[in-house]
Amino acid sequence: MKSFSYVSAPDTGTALRTIASNEDVKFLAGGTNLVDLMREGIEQPSTVVDITRLPLTGIEELPGGGIRVGALVTNSRLAADPLIRTRYPVLAQAILHGASAQLRNMATVGGNLLQRTRCMYFYDESAACNKRAPGSGCGAIGGFSRGGAVLGASEHCIATHPSDMAVALVMLDAVVEVESVRGTRRIPVAEFHRLPGDTPHIETVLAADELITAVELPPVPVAANSRYRKVRDRASYAFALVSVAAALAVEDGVVTEVRLALGGVGTKPWRATEAERVLLGRPAAEEAFRGAAEAELAAAEGGTQNAFKIELAQRTIVATLRRLLTDGSAA
Amino acid sequence: MTTIGQPLDRVDGGVKTTGAAKFAAEHFYPGLTHAVLVHATISRGRITALHTDEASAVPGVVAVLTHLNAPPLKPAPKPGAFNLTVMFSGTSVNYLQSDEVHWEGQPIAVVVAETSAAAREAAALVRAEYTVTKSVVDFEGSEQDARPQPNNPLLPRGAKKGDAEAALKAAPVSLDLRYTTPPQNHNALELHATTANWDGDRLTVYDATQAIDWFRTHLALRFGVPRTNVRVLAPFVGGAFGGKSAIWPGTILAVMAARATDRPVRLVLSRESVYRTVGGRTPSIQRVALGADRDGRLTSLIHTSITRTGPIGGPFEQVTAASQHLYAAENILARHDLVSLDLLPNTFMRAPGEAIGTFAVESAIDELACELGMDPIELRMRNETAVDPIGGRKKFSHRRLRELYALGAERFDWHERNPEPRSTRDGRWLVGTGVATAFHRALTLPVNVTVRLSADGGVLVRCGFHEMGMGAATAQAQITADALGVPFDAVRVEYGDSALPLGPFAGASAQTASVAAGVVQACEELKQTLKSMARKTGGGTNEEILRRAKVPHVEAVVGSDTRLGRIAGRARFLPNFLLDAQRWVKAASGVHFCEVKVDAETGETRVSRWAGVFDIGRVINPKTAASQMRGGIVMGLGLAMAEETLVDPRTGRIMNPSLAEYHVPVHADIPPIDVSFLDDPDPKMPLGILGAGEVSTAGVGAAVANAVHHATGKRVRDLPITLDKLL
Amino acid sequence: MEIELRINGSARRLDVSPQVSLLDALREYLGLTGTKKGCDQGACGACTVLADGRRINACLALAVQYQGREITTIEGVDHPLQEAFVRTDGFQCGYCTPGQICSAIGMLAEHKDGAPSAATEHLAATGGELDDEEIRERMSGNLCRCGAYNGIVSAIKEVAK
Repeated sequence: MKSFSYVSAPDTGTALRTIASNEDVKFLAGGTNLVDLMREGIEQPSTVVDITRLPLTGIEELPGGGIRVGALVTNSRLAADPLIRTRYPVLAQAILHGASAQLRNMATVGGNLLQRTRCMYFYDESAACNKRAPGSGCGAIGGFSRGGAVLGASEHCIATHPSDMAVALVMLDAVVEVESVRGTRRIPVAEFHRLPGDTPHIETVLAADELITAVELPPVPVAANSRYRKVRDRASYAFALVSVAAALAVEDGVVTEVRLALGGVGTKPWRATEAERVLLGRPAAEEAFRGAAEAELAAAEGGTQNAFKIELAQRTIVATLRRLLTDGSAA
Repeated sequence: MTTIGQPLDRVDGGVKTTGAAKFAAEHFYPGLTHAVLVHATISRGRITALHTDEASAVPGVVAVLTHLNAPPLKPAPKPGAFNLTVMFSGTSVNYLQSDEVHWEGQPIAVVVAETSAAAREAAALVRAEYTVTKSVVDFEGSEQDARPQPNNPLLPRGAKKGDAEAALKAAPVSLDLRYTTPPQNHNALELHATTANWDGDRLTVYDATQAIDWFRTHLALRFGVPRTNVRVLAPFVGGAFGGKSAIWPGTILAVMAARATDRPVRLVLSRESVYRTVGGRTPSIQRVALGADRDGRLTSLIHTSITRTGPIGGPFEQVTAASQHLYAAENILARHDLVSLDLLPNTFMRAPGEAIGTFAVESAIDELACELGMDPIELRMRNETAVDPIGGRKKFSHRRLRELYALGAERFDWHERNPEPRSTRDGRWLVGTGVATAFHRALTLPVNVTVRLSADGGVLVRCGFHEMGMGAATAQAQITADALGVPFDAVRVEYGDSALPLGPFAGASAQTASVAAGVVQACEELKQTLKSMARKTGGGTNEEILRRAKVPHVEAVVGSDTRLGRIAGRARFLPNFLLDAQRWVKAASGVHFCEVKVDAETGETRVSRWAGVFDIGRVINPKTAASQMRGGIVMGLGLAMAEETLVDPRTGRIMNPSLAEYHVPVHADIPPIDVSFLDDPDPKMPLGILGAGEVSTAGVGAAVANAVHHATGKRVRDLPITLDKLL
Repeated sequence: MEIELRINGSARRLDVSPQVSLLDALREYLGLTGTKKGCDQGACGACTVLADGRRINACLALAVQYQGREITTIEGVDHPLQEAFVRTDGFQCGYCTPGQICSAIGMLAEHKDGAPSAATEHLAATGGELDDEEIRERMSGNLCRCGAYNGIVSAIKEVAK
């Protein structure tokens, strides 16, 4: 790990001023991704600003039924929160399916949104990777790409976004609140992460001097009937091959509201808007579920190693919707 | 009163549950420095420039050793029939002695610093330039270049009886199948580590090793000091599984760094460095062809394998070893072929040969049973044999497969199953059961042991064996207690130190039986001594005899650790081993019964039930032995369902050198595992012990594959069985 | 830089660069080698310690960041789980054991607090039974390559009763 200077920020203003006036500064919260990436030489900040003493740890109910979650709330605390468990079971479930209990005790909401891909060529300093070293090429294309994305990829990058939590957040239309010395702005999670295109190294719309301060969950009544389903290579402690966040409302056998998002298949947390559009107003039944899943994956492209995800994603969407229909919510 | 057979708690339970047990990286010296390796990033070529200035400038850096400034190192010993140490050189490369690069990951520099943080920071700053020469690194792409394995008395090229190819063609029912298995890595949780300290020309090394004596001999040879000047200690080893039996670059470079800097050095490999410098299990391409009559009697059994080795080493994997002894086929052909690749050599990994060979042969037997519409146990029983199928005259010292199948079938309710594939469902899960045979040859190695009885009644057993989790000291204390007729608590066992009488290497499932032979012999001699003392001074308890004779203790010594004693030991070992192998097939065996649940839509596979029944001869401690069986099964489940070292065929680089991307089983993957033993002593092995370390890993891959086929109707012949292969 | 850590109830001063992980601080600077390093990247759980009673991976924690927190390592643990592990043979080589024990202590506390897991059927309910499946899911952040998982689960069940 490259040497760096360490600063513990006593308040948000200090943190923002430090990052505004210095190059190469990284905010450090839980450290579960950043410390690993620094150890691997992928991140080499000259200054690390410890933000864990900032007062961004609240989980507050908002007027109108939403919830505002401070950026430093740990993953485990958020998943255990009674309001989250009843109003947004999909979010609690998504978080609990990520990483391990130890990591969830350390990792924060803000950090989870910023975690970087697990693509092996990104992690290997000697490999070609446009995300890590722009212009160097993509080792995963034509290499080991079983974990690679089938949605949103470009000829420059097929790396998947690894977060489970973000898949639930994008399904819930959560909003990211960010702050800098220039002021505050609000970014819908769906617009927070960028597709790789020809600049895969630019992963989010967050500016270099901005700090995530909170995530706001809007009121989503249908989320009371929601689930997160993760398909992976081990029964636990593994990243998703495919995951599905789903919420469903049915009246008289007809889908009156549906929300779907996918993990493990996209270069960003993937809101399945096409599937939602196709399913809305259709009978809540196998055939319609399958049609919706096919519609969403119609544009998917896979190579020899990851093409299986296209069929797997469709099957997992169908299975998750069916489960919601038969067993109801995870709450 | 006997303690053998009692499920006693481990003697080292206290230190292992309080953090007091000290592993190789946990010994301190004043002025201790920390070393980190720098790896080559080409698979073959020469270093044209090494830039170390930036690294040297990192505060706290003591030295950056490269081929340009490293002290001389004698080359690795050349192979010789009587020199087993050569098998234990991980590679034949002489590290940091030339600009040549032989594999992707070869250490090209060692950074020594006052702290490990400084050493790691500096190591990342070393930059190398290369000229690249052509290399061959693609295993599957090299299949057509496979050549027969050279013959070797300890690791044969194969075996043959009759004309198996012709019999296959003539058989009324036949199968000719291809199975493939990927490279795997041991991933002992303890990172390989060495703490080395030179005092003049005397060397002390704490190392994570399962071969103390070979390490000592090897280090003495490489560094040009007398063997007696080197002391290797490994009081606790944090898992090994074969990965810590050869001497890999980390150990040698730590010792070299200590000599070059005149400072004590600790070198803990990063997990990535373990993958880059410690070999794993070879990949394999296997052919199993079976010919049978309609009643299931085998007329032809062909099992051939292609594994990898290379110009810088790698042992010959005995992939067909079990297939040569399992079935009474009229015609048999077993053959081992090799491809030569420019990669880090592979090495032994738990049940080398058998683990992957049984995946193929025991899958194929199941496929034949399906073809014949016969229960797979019935098919096996029809081909059960009392004599070695190839040797003909050779007998099994112990053969209890019929009893094992009967016992296991009962414990598992095997006969409740509907034999039709894809016939059983539990909600979203397809349920299937599978069965497979485990088989592992037994072996004993020469050991030296001393047993001392003191006038206070205490007994001290001293032998340089290894504790990597088997409960070795506990078992030997039980054996000693019974041999001398003293309480278990009166026995103390010293191990893990080359200053002790020479122990065996902890491999080939041979340690317990080998040490037991020495312990029992020493205890017999001790009893004789006591008897003759009692004749002079009168009888009584051991303590009374010693007190009356006015001696503080009596001691029996088995074996000799002098140079002559060692040569004599080796000279006895090999001919005895070969002679014995011509007369007897000695092996531990077992049967695995597996139930899987496979998600009908996603292919996610969960092992839901497991029963293993084993014949490991006499069971010294059923608690620790059952744990070893479970551990072997868990490792087999990793092999079956998840583990794969990804070597990029374009570059020869291992792309998943981490526990995040190389999946070993986690808690959630493992159901309760039912283990039972026949506990029937083998008549030809010391104390009847057949060895417990590896047998339970053999057969697991096939049991899972067979259960998955039964659940889904899909036959997976390429490990690991990941869900994408079941969609 | 000079930092002060609270370890097993006592204050320890040490001079570390900011790069030094809590794990390396314990093992190399304080000689508390009971906490193990198996991967140094949060993928094995051997380095599990308790920070203010909650289990964390010490390898991904910078020592400097944990000033003022109460750190408990295996050397500071005196818990019935330790004897239970011996009785049920919940280890072989012993290398993952300190991490398994610290993790299990943290896990029992989490369960007592009503925290759910991925194995929890109904998230809204609290105080569900700590059955085999729950224990296995909740302990999955601790690898055991010797495969002593059955014994570990038994030990935890014994103590949870």
